[in-house]
Amino acid sequence: MKPMIEVRHLYKDYQTAAGAFPVLKDVNLSIAHGEYVAIMGPSGSGKSTFMNILGCLDKPTSGEYYLDSYAVAELENNALAKLRNKTIGFVFQGFNLLARSSLLDNVALPLVYSGIDKHIRHEKAAQVLNKVGLGNYLNSRPSQISGGQQQRVAIARALVNSPRLILADEPTGNLDSKTSEEIMALFDALNQEGISIVLVTHENDIAEHAKRQIRFRDGVIEHDSLHAVLASERS
Amino acid sequence: MFGAMLGEAWHAMGANRMRTFLTMLGMMIGVGAVVLMMAIGEGAQQAIKKSISSMGSNLFIVLSGSPNAGGARAGSGNALSLNVKDADAISELDSISGVAPVAMGSAQVIFAGNNWNTSVIGTVPSYMEIRDWTINNGYVFSNSDVRSATRVALIGKTVADNLFGDDIDPVGKTIRIKQSPFLIVGVLNSKGQSLDGRDQDDTIIVPLTTAQRKLFGNQVPGSVRMIMAQAPADNLMQQAEDDMNNLLRQRHNIREGSDNDFSVRNLTAIANTAAEATRTMALLLGAIASISLLVGGIGIMNIMLVSVTERTREIGIRMAIGARERDILLQFLLEAFVISIVGCVIGILIGVGGAALVQNLAGTDTVVTSQSISLAFVVAASVGIFFGFYPARKAAKLNPIEALRYH
Repeated sequence: MKPMIEVRHLYKDYQTAAGAFPVLKDVNLSIAHGEYVAIMGPSGSGKSTFMNILGCLDKPTSGEYYLDSYAVAELENNALAKLRNKTIGFVFQGFNLLARSSLLDNVALPLVYSGIDKHIRHEKAAQVLNKVGLGNYLNSRPSQISGGQQQRVAIARALVNSPRLILADEPTGNLDSKTSEEIMALFDALNQEGISIVLVTHENDIAEHAKRQIRFRDGVIEHDSLHAVLASERS
Repeated sequence: MFGAMLGEAWHAMGANRMRTFLTMLGMMIGVGAVVLMMAIGEGAQQAIKKSISSMGSNLFIVLSGSPNAGGARAGSGNALSLNVKDADAISELDSISGVAPVAMGSAQVIFAGNNWNTSVIGTVPSYMEIRDWTINNGYVFSNSDVRSATRVALIGKTVADNLFGDDIDPVGKTIRIKQSPFLIVGVLNSKGQSLDGRDQDDTIIVPLTTAQRKLFGNQVPGSVRMIMAQAPADNLMQQAEDDMNNLLRQRHNIREGSDNDFSVRNLTAIANTAAEATRTMALLLGAIASISLLVGGIGIMNIMLVSVTERTREIGIRMAIGARERDILLQFLLEAFVISIVGCVIGILIGVGGAALVQNLAGTDTVVTSQSISLAFVVAASVGIFFGFYPARKAAKLNPIEALRYH
């Protein structure tokens, strides 16, 4: 079976006034279906850029990226949008909900771009909101609920189109430790259901929830716990 | 999908009501101005058309020439070079369908204690058809009345009102014109104002011979000051004019190279010139008004650009969860479109109301046509799409990562 994510010889340069600045330098990584991976590393290590590329929001300068067997580097914008819509669910640090829309409409939004009928959209959105424990707040606005609840809404939105992969960028960065634990428990449960999860964090206790930890430094993978285990088994 | 986007557009407009209203206001004023100006222009054109058709169609007037007495020239119609025989000859022409010789003058008219000064026209029954006069009450005098110079008269509505008031039926009454008694046989239907603003109903029509013998005198027997002639169709006007010129030159023995002792005037051409001038005015009014529509469109573009900048982050979120470029484009385009259409509908109401107000307060005729409304609608919709496109495209071309990072 093909891996969920397969990255080979990935390079990403940013054009600056002083010339091309390399952010990712020959990154190679394979993530299997159903894996639970934490990506760590200091600011400027390239982990955010790497997440953007994984999320089909950015394109690599060179190298290959296969997402669920799609050769992402070769796809044009509309096909990338479709991947973001159907295969990936995003969870952001700042929740990124639409302030003017109800929770139901927020969660149903990805289905709008899949061209799904209104009553099915609302039905599915209500279903996932129930699942994250917000079934009683369907018509509330994001400003009327707490930060932890807002992140649950964002997770519901990520789930609504039944993605195979969830990408979470510092999902607990804006939350207190108790709420963070609740959100991480939700991620753990989703992973139990078989959804692959890749999350970026700089907190060790958050990264501990994942079964595999990858550390970036200066644009390269400095440490991969899977390889470390394999290496220790070999020795 | 489309319904969801329409709902979003409505939401977005409601989120900033004052701004949306001000943007719409530009559209309302533009559309309102276009509808109002077109209503004024159309009203003027219809008024002109009405007075042209009241004049009679495809009309010529043949005037006798101006006499030259010792260097002092009198005006056209004074030389008495035309006579009834000329009129008979013109009526034989194939390109002419109706002819009426006319003698005119003004006279004091008396009935009981009332008196009134009006213009008296001496002519033959065919004049009624040529000038498109109809009878409200009574009958038209006949050709035999003309032959025997009977003292009968048809009176216009203004004359009837001034001499008889509302209560008395004028038909069968006897009035005095220049002291002679005339029996009123009919009252004319009202025609209203002529092109030059005269009251066409302020008139009395009597048989030609009666006018010549009993009212104005006749130095040369059979002579008339003018002959009215009508061509059967619009495309025969030029032919008719040439035919009449040739015929009359021949009958008056005018040598090659000498001036005519008469003149043929095409009244319909003169009227058409007036109509053309009105049309130009209407067009000009519409053009000036549409400039404000353009300004309204620029207002929409301006506000949409601000909106795209403000909502950069929202655009980034939408892109991250799967919106394609054309979804974003459509969303903002639809918003601009809804603003301009709602503005347009209110603008049409303002225009229609304004037209009614102008009609009541200024007394100017205004006519709102369905064409002017649909034109305003189509133009406003196109303005919305045209000026909404650039901001919408700008939104659709945003880089999702930068858009997500925007604060």
